[in-house]
Amino acid sequence: MEEKLRQLREASLQAIRDAAALDALDAVRVKYLGKKGELTAMLKQMGGLSAEERPRMGQLANSIREELTAALEEGKKRLGEKALEMRLAAEREDVTIPGTPVTLGRPHPLNRVISEFSEIAIGMGFTIAEGPEVELSSYNFDKLNTAEGHPARDRQDTFYFDDDDQVLLRTQTSPVQIHVMETYPLPIRIIAPGRVYRKDEVDATHSPMFHQIEGLVIDEGITFGDLKGTLNELVHRLYGSDLKTRFRPHHFPFTEPSCEMDVECFKCHGAGCPVCKGEGWVELLGGGMVHPKVLEGCGIDTNKYSGFAFGFGSDRLAMFRFNISDLRLLFENDVRFLEQF
Amino acid sequence: MDLSRDWLNDYTTVTVSDKQFCDGMTMSGSKVEGLTVTGAGIENVVAGKVTFMSPHPDSDHMWVCKVDVGGTHDLTIVTGAQNVSVDDMVPVALDGSKLPGGVEIRSSKLRGVTSEGMLCSLGELGLDTHDYPYAIENGIFIMREPCEPGDDIKKVLGLGDSVVEFEITNNRPDCLSVIGLAREAAATFGAEFRPREPHVKGSGDDIHKYLTVQIDEPELCPRYTARMVKNIKIEPSPAWLRRRLRASGIRPINNIVDITNYVMQEYGQPMHAFDYSCVGGNRIVVRRAAQGESLMTLDGNIRSLTPNMLVIADTEKPIGVAGVMGGGNSEIVDDTHTIVFESANFNGTSIRKTAIALGMRTDASGKFEKGLDPEGTVPAVQRACELVEMLGAGDVIDGTIDVVAAPYVEKTVKLEPDKINALLGTNIDRAFMVRVLEKIGFTVTGDDIHIPSWRGDIEHYSDVAEEVARFYGYDAVESTMIRGKTSQGGWNEKQLFENRLNSLCQAMGFNEILTYSFGSKTAWDKIRLPEDSPLRQALVIQNPLGEDRSVMRTTPMPSMLEVMATNAARRNPAVRLYERAKVFHPLADSPLADEELWLVLGEYGAGADFFQLKGCVEAILKDARMENVAFAAETGEAAFHPGRCARITAGGDTVGLIGQVHPTVCQTYALEPGSFYAQLNVAAMRAHQGPERTFTALPRFPAVSRDIALVCADEVSVAELTDTIAAAGKPYLEDVKLFDVYKGAPIPAGQKSVAFSLTLRAADQTLTEDHAAETMNAILTALKEKNGASIR
Repeated sequence: MEEKLRQLREASLQAIRDAAALDALDAVRVKYLGKKGELTAMLKQMGGLSAEERPRMGQLANSIREELTAALEEGKKRLGEKALEMRLAAEREDVTIPGTPVTLGRPHPLNRVISEFSEIAIGMGFTIAEGPEVELSSYNFDKLNTAEGHPARDRQDTFYFDDDDQVLLRTQTSPVQIHVMETYPLPIRIIAPGRVYRKDEVDATHSPMFHQIEGLVIDEGITFGDLKGTLNELVHRLYGSDLKTRFRPHHFPFTEPSCEMDVECFKCHGAGCPVCKGEGWVELLGGGMVHPKVLEGCGIDTNKYSGFAFGFGSDRLAMFRFNISDLRLLFENDVRFLEQF
Repeated sequence: MDLSRDWLNDYTTVTVSDKQFCDGMTMSGSKVEGLTVTGAGIENVVAGKVTFMSPHPDSDHMWVCKVDVGGTHDLTIVTGAQNVSVDDMVPVALDGSKLPGGVEIRSSKLRGVTSEGMLCSLGELGLDTHDYPYAIENGIFIMREPCEPGDDIKKVLGLGDSVVEFEITNNRPDCLSVIGLAREAAATFGAEFRPREPHVKGSGDDIHKYLTVQIDEPELCPRYTARMVKNIKIEPSPAWLRRRLRASGIRPINNIVDITNYVMQEYGQPMHAFDYSCVGGNRIVVRRAAQGESLMTLDGNIRSLTPNMLVIADTEKPIGVAGVMGGGNSEIVDDTHTIVFESANFNGTSIRKTAIALGMRTDASGKFEKGLDPEGTVPAVQRACELVEMLGAGDVIDGTIDVVAAPYVEKTVKLEPDKINALLGTNIDRAFMVRVLEKIGFTVTGDDIHIPSWRGDIEHYSDVAEEVARFYGYDAVESTMIRGKTSQGGWNEKQLFENRLNSLCQAMGFNEILTYSFGSKTAWDKIRLPEDSPLRQALVIQNPLGEDRSVMRTTPMPSMLEVMATNAARRNPAVRLYERAKVFHPLADSPLADEELWLVLGEYGAGADFFQLKGCVEAILKDARMENVAFAAETGEAAFHPGRCARITAGGDTVGLIGQVHPTVCQTYALEPGSFYAQLNVAAMRAHQGPERTFTALPRFPAVSRDIALVCADEVSVAELTDTIAAAGKPYLEDVKLFDVYKGAPIPAGQKSVAFSLTLRAADQTLTEDHAAETMNAILTALKEKNGASIR
């Protein structure tokens, strides 16, 4: 009996080890532990054993049953894992197949540049001011020290709504300076992005409507050095701190001293190329110290306050930023263009 | 302004390289736009003397020449030109030489004879007969310039001059001259500035015997200066003068015309020469043109004049449009015997307006309109007379007529070094400031700066600060950060709202577009805007660029449709676009506009339909926390499909429109019929914005869901059914969702099936079956009574 039990143990454990699938394993269980199983059958034979053999054999048989049950459990787990592995292997996907497309809309490249610039300025303590596009001549010109008779006021350059040339489409965002100086408390630190209009026929670099960003700072003790420092900071945050800049004298009626700021040519980095006409520099913006006549016209005490202003074409900025060759692309709105940004 | 560096050196000696010159001038305020070198492209071309000629053995027209080019032996050169003779001095392009336009010359065989170079014509050197009037156009350039065989042709012809192109700002007309730029260059490079007084010998006689000048309009002509020359010999100017004019971009004509142009370039003072025999009554009158007067100008055009225009007249008729162009009736011709040189000062604005009105902007008017030196007339006319004597062009009559109608008054500005330093953020000492100012022609006595007559732009200490800074160096001013009170930057609420709309549209897959703010009557017609629509009341541009940009737009729709049409024409299969578009409405009580911002959506192509777009609009309105929003069928908007258009309202106020674009409008724009459009008024949206959302407790008890399918008349709208359900379902109805609308068999004609999914929930307990049944009964009863809808 003992020998038979030991053989049964060996054979059944081997069978469990050999079972390659769950159904084979179950067959092993039935064969040994089922109602008509071999171990069950042997247990039934216990009654024929002597009184001292019975408990020993009973103990042995029970330990084998426990061992078998545990081995079966272990085998089931092993085979289950194996089956899962196989299923997962069969479910393999080609992960290089593109995902289900999600179409995100894009900001217009020009507005993207305006937002970027605005965020930078906000970080430097500026707020965003706005002003009307249909404007009075007095705001667009007179209060900006651009008197009657100045060429910029000619009808061939400026769109007018009345016979007396008193109401116009603003030709620059600078009138926002005046609105701000007339209405804001001092000190002032604003930028004003917006649309401006000049009577230019459409070509690769001209458009009757384009965009500018104006900047104005008024406070006690503002200097030309502050203008330089602020513009350098803005430009460096926009284009990277290694971009070289230079300031050279220029003329605007409403600033004095006035300057233009050049940046190293984006294309040739100063070596000279057709983009920068061989100069190595590209003109980026104009600015200067707010003309005392302008400040006084807005009721600001020039003995106490000074300020600087700057302005630039954001269309140009976007064209530089994204290497866009033709201004017309900005206003055509071909989706194949818009989706590039 | 094109400046010859050769000419510049008459007034200062600046020896730096062209690159340094251009950089230095740009940084001191005279912006350089370009640089060219005369004769650039000519290399290895020398003067040669023809020593022997024989007909080419194998040609009936070519010549074989021996040419001495200063080497050990004469070159053999074949030419087809017929104007060459032995002993002629000619330009010879040697083997390996270069000519303008990138032409390279090599030794080559011409019908069996090796030609060791080429004899050149004027054209081949990039010149023409204006440069060398004695030469012929078609033939070899037979040179009369003094030279030896082997001399570099550029040296012989005075080529190699550097010509610098400046962009001069409007406030500096004084720099539109060689002398003005020499003053700037001398100050920039620390060189000596050498102005000189013209010296006129004169030939006796007295101008006052010949001419009187009368100024009727002192405001428009503060000063008029004239001198006269008799025994005029009209002939070409000498080479040096022609060369300088050419370098400055001016075409040489004849000695007298060339002198006036030369003086204009050198002094910045435009000059004119009249044929004295044509000055009727021996009197020059500066007056306004009479109504109806006309004049044929030098360019051969007849100009109608108006009393706004200043003319130079004799006692009977105009003989020139002041400051713009002379008249054909007093033009210098070959047999002109006596001339009057005019050197005058005119009001800039008047000249500019006249030039614009006549459509003729000339070099002279371009200078006058910026306001010229009121003291500049006399030196210029003296210089012209000096040149006449130098060129032997005639005998200068003694005396000058100089009528000063409005005397020049010198201006002074206080020198305030502290204020200047405070403005610049610098610590420049007073002595430096004085040195800079004196260098550019100012004089300083005590604290007074005397402004030179040519600097009309200097009025204030800030102007002086710029002069100081220019020569101190803008780059030398230290960059500093603003040291004011710290300020809080940021977007305001309105701007944040607009930014949010932007982000939403992008998240939903719309690409942003930018369109012109202009509109037109044609565009209104294209969107079938009724003739009496208030949107046809627009701000009209008086001087528009064409009809399609003649008004300010009052509706953003045509702009969007145009962009959609552009994309459709370019076969872009599907687009989803949005714009934040401003429109402009006239105001009753102001000349300005009501500038209104709209959010505009447009789409066509796969996936585009009314409900898809409506879903986007609803998402936007929900995000904006809009309250009491309703969509109502709108049949009166002619731009839309009458059965597929809704007016969007909030609290009864119109917020926008949404719909399928009317097929006729689509056809007009060449858009496919499946084009959809929505517009939302941003200010109206903000006006109906609900309060900031706060937390609502998550439900603790389970919900019961019930689906119902109804049959009702086709006219009954889903909104009506939903309203009935919502009202009848209180207090347990939590949500109503439409999930199906069906028309067709087996539903009878004129009816439809509408299916809803309802969610019921009690806030304080698990909803009982009885409560659910009661609620559903109430809903179904109400639907039957109010909408005639029954369970399907």
